[in-house]
Amino acid sequence: MNAFPEGDFYTHHFEKGARENTMILNMGPQHPSTHGVLRVILELDGEYIVRAEPVLGYLHRMHEKMAEVKSWVQFMPNMGRVDYLHPLAWNHAWVGAVEKLAEIEVPERAEYIRVITSELNRISSHLLWWGAYLLDLGAFTPIMYAFDDRERILDLMQKPTGSRLTYSSFRIGGVMNDLDDGFLKDCAELVPYLRSRLPMYKDLVTENVILRKRIEDVGHMDKDMCMRYGATGPLIRGAGVKHDTRIIEPYSVYDKFDWEVPVYKEADAMARYMVRMDEIEQSLRIVEQAVAMIPDGDFMIKKRPKPAWKAPAGEAYFASESARGKVGIHIVSDGSKTPYRVKLRAPGFSNLNVFAECSKGTMLADAVAILGSLDMVIPEIDR
Amino acid sequence: MSQIPVELVKILIALVAVAAFVGLNGLVLVYLERKVAGHIQRRPGPFEVGPHGLLQPLADAVKLIGKQLFTPKNADGFLFWLAPILSFMPVLLLFLPLPFGPKLTGMNLNLGLLLILAFSGLNVLATCLAGWGSNNKYGILGAARAVSQSVAYEIPLLLSVLAIAFQTGSLNLSEVVAGQGSWPWQWNFMVQPLAFIIFFVSALGETNRAPFDLAEAESELTAGFHTEYSGMGFGMFFLAEYANMIVVCSVAVALFLGGWNGPFFDGAWWFLAKVYVLLLVMIWLRWTFPRVRFDQLLNLNWKWLMPLALLNLLITAFVTKLS
Amino acid sequence: MTAIKKIWDNVSGLWSLVVGLKITGKAFMDKQVTLHYPRETVSDSQLEGFRGPLELVGKPKVPASPKCIACMMCVSACPSGCISITKAKAPKPTEAELQAMKEAEERGEKVVKPKAPKEPTKFMYDFSLCSLCGSCVENCAVGAIRFSDNVYFASTDRNAFKMDLLYRLEVKGQRQEQAKAESAPQEPEKSTKEG
Repeated sequence: MNAFPEGDFYTHHFEKGARENTMILNMGPQHPSTHGVLRVILELDGEYIVRAEPVLGYLHRMHEKMAEVKSWVQFMPNMGRVDYLHPLAWNHAWVGAVEKLAEIEVPERAEYIRVITSELNRISSHLLWWGAYLLDLGAFTPIMYAFDDRERILDLMQKPTGSRLTYSSFRIGGVMNDLDDGFLKDCAELVPYLRSRLPMYKDLVTENVILRKRIEDVGHMDKDMCMRYGATGPLIRGAGVKHDTRIIEPYSVYDKFDWEVPVYKEADAMARYMVRMDEIEQSLRIVEQAVAMIPDGDFMIKKRPKPAWKAPAGEAYFASESARGKVGIHIVSDGSKTPYRVKLRAPGFSNLNVFAECSKGTMLADAVAILGSLDMVIPEIDR
Repeated sequence: MSQIPVELVKILIALVAVAAFVGLNGLVLVYLERKVAGHIQRRPGPFEVGPHGLLQPLADAVKLIGKQLFTPKNADGFLFWLAPILSFMPVLLLFLPLPFGPKLTGMNLNLGLLLILAFSGLNVLATCLAGWGSNNKYGILGAARAVSQSVAYEIPLLLSVLAIAFQTGSLNLSEVVAGQGSWPWQWNFMVQPLAFIIFFVSALGETNRAPFDLAEAESELTAGFHTEYSGMGFGMFFLAEYANMIVVCSVAVALFLGGWNGPFFDGAWWFLAKVYVLLLVMIWLRWTFPRVRFDQLLNLNWKWLMPLALLNLLITAFVTKLS
Repeated sequence: MTAIKKIWDNVSGLWSLVVGLKITGKAFMDKQVTLHYPRETVSDSQLEGFRGPLELVGKPKVPASPKCIACMMCVSACPSGCISITKAKAPKPTEAELQAMKEAEERGEKVVKPKAPKEPTKFMYDFSLCSLCGSCVENCAVGAIRFSDNVYFASTDRNAFKMDLLYRLEVKGQRQEQAKAESAPQEPEKSTKEG
């Protein structure tokens, strides 16, 4: 088990700090529990982790640079592909930023449509995370039940958005398609169904003693640590801070609904798990109310931007809450057809970096539990 | 001219029969496991090869046999290939003293139980060699886990078996079975429920089955000790795992569930039926629960199973002495 | 008290395992939710809104020829550049026509040069590049393209995704004509109305 003669910059760099009696383990980029192409270099003392370092960049697709060569309207499909599990939050951030820059007033019905689809998307994202997390912890069945329910959401979502995964259905000044009565009716039926499935999830997994022992008191990230790394979303809400972009920087029509932000104080993997499970319930509440309250009207502004539409010169920043945390988009325009510069703030990037500090001294199995509880989507982290 | 001893011929025939039985059971169990997993997850499971996917395990076996046997760079070739053979061969021996029916025993040994417990220990060695020989860090972690797990879980397993041995005064499996009646309330698990539960949990740990499948925990160690094995190398481990499952379930049936005894018609079918019920429970557990963590696994063993098994043994000894 | 609580925790923990087994056991008995794909397919209502590769819309009266006016809006709207259109060129006048035009010009008459017809001669679409965003469909002035309902399209050949949409439309139009011709004897009135 000598140190490997080959390896790359990261392993060599990491090896410099190696001590006696430890082993350097390269976890990923192909590993079942890194969910894609994340690579983590670990220094192990037996089963215990001495140091950990995530290595990024295996799925970098230059989305920010791509924005500089595409027109404002043409960049939209990219937003469906940054975070493939909750693309509508990115859609929302992008159209929000451009609308802020160009001072476009969006019809109220369009905002409602955005909220309904985005919240359904959040539920499907959390369901997939739930299944995949349980897969990390060694339970194979929950993901199949989660997919059963997720399929129903996708079946519903494909009618207004036209796709099942990489949605890009928001448009600058509205949305692509209107919701018809059939959709609203199906949606109103789906909400009670999903709600009736939640107790089953609770009995099968949340209450399960093996799971509780696996993730309780594991991966402690307190408020201070979350703030130092800029971790948002379920991480900081699991650390007892009521931080949700939908409340802190209200956007769209979220302030019209009666819902709560789930907050847990324990700051461990179980707290983050519970935050996400409660968020499913809250999203169901929002969808239910939005479907009941949706006003009539246009779903798109009268003068829809053409592909060659020019945004006025200036800067704008817009943030939305994705399933993983705060999505921020900062755009700079010089008044031409294409953005001058676009900065995408991915929540996963900040969230992942907590891992290095958080996993110190834990066991290898805990590292997997912590990584899973961060809910990483690698394409979003690398962008 | 010296004659070939009858015993030797008998053992040889039994070994061949056992090999056939293990192979066949492996196929059946692979199919059963995948089918049960499928139905638990509300999908059909294998369905395309043969009617209802019945030929799927055969197709898998052919695929495994057809694959290249690959030895990784810097691996210890001798140990690397010794390990799968070492894991599979002793399993055949384990079947010899098992009493499938009143007359259907490969070798009626006085110390049959001891033989099984002794030879099942060899499996650990195979796992250890596989992890060590393959020059893979995940492999070595898996092997280290497997060794400490097997060593730990062998103790409560032994203690719970001893309780039965105390009670019946015999280590001969056939005698233990014969001492039990035809009806469920005459079986040993009615007298020794705690020993049965401890035996079953330890058996899960001993055979590396979920939720104790830490040696190959794929979300942590990719595949643990058999990460580097391809083709039949992996196939041997796979077959040995299923054979081991059958052995521990058979022992459980013989010791606790009345063996071949059953209502109305005694015989080997009762034995097989009970073994398969236990196997189904094992499969059911695997597809329901998450995996435990390594320290929890050992804690469960040393803090709960061991003391309980000891207590159980003490009480058994006391009661046996009194009566 | 703490000891009792500890024991109770362990008992309830064990009970949670039994509850889990009950749920998976019930699921084992329940109906399956998946479909055996080649034998069964999802219902049409589940395909509603799903986007297959693009297709051209035919003229209402001549389904085999496209509505497209080759304005190139879709080409400029597409973020991934997966559409390429060749415009039809003006028909080349023959020798005799050229001669006639020359003569007419000399006579001082107004000459009408043949104009390029507003239609594409080639409409190539690369499905492997397409992100199905719908920009082209939204920006088409005459509604000449739409998403097909061909959701089972798959191939192992990269070239199969480079589609000649004009050719596909022609084939589809011919097929429709054929179907109409076949169904014509039974319902002559309806078919003429549709035509």
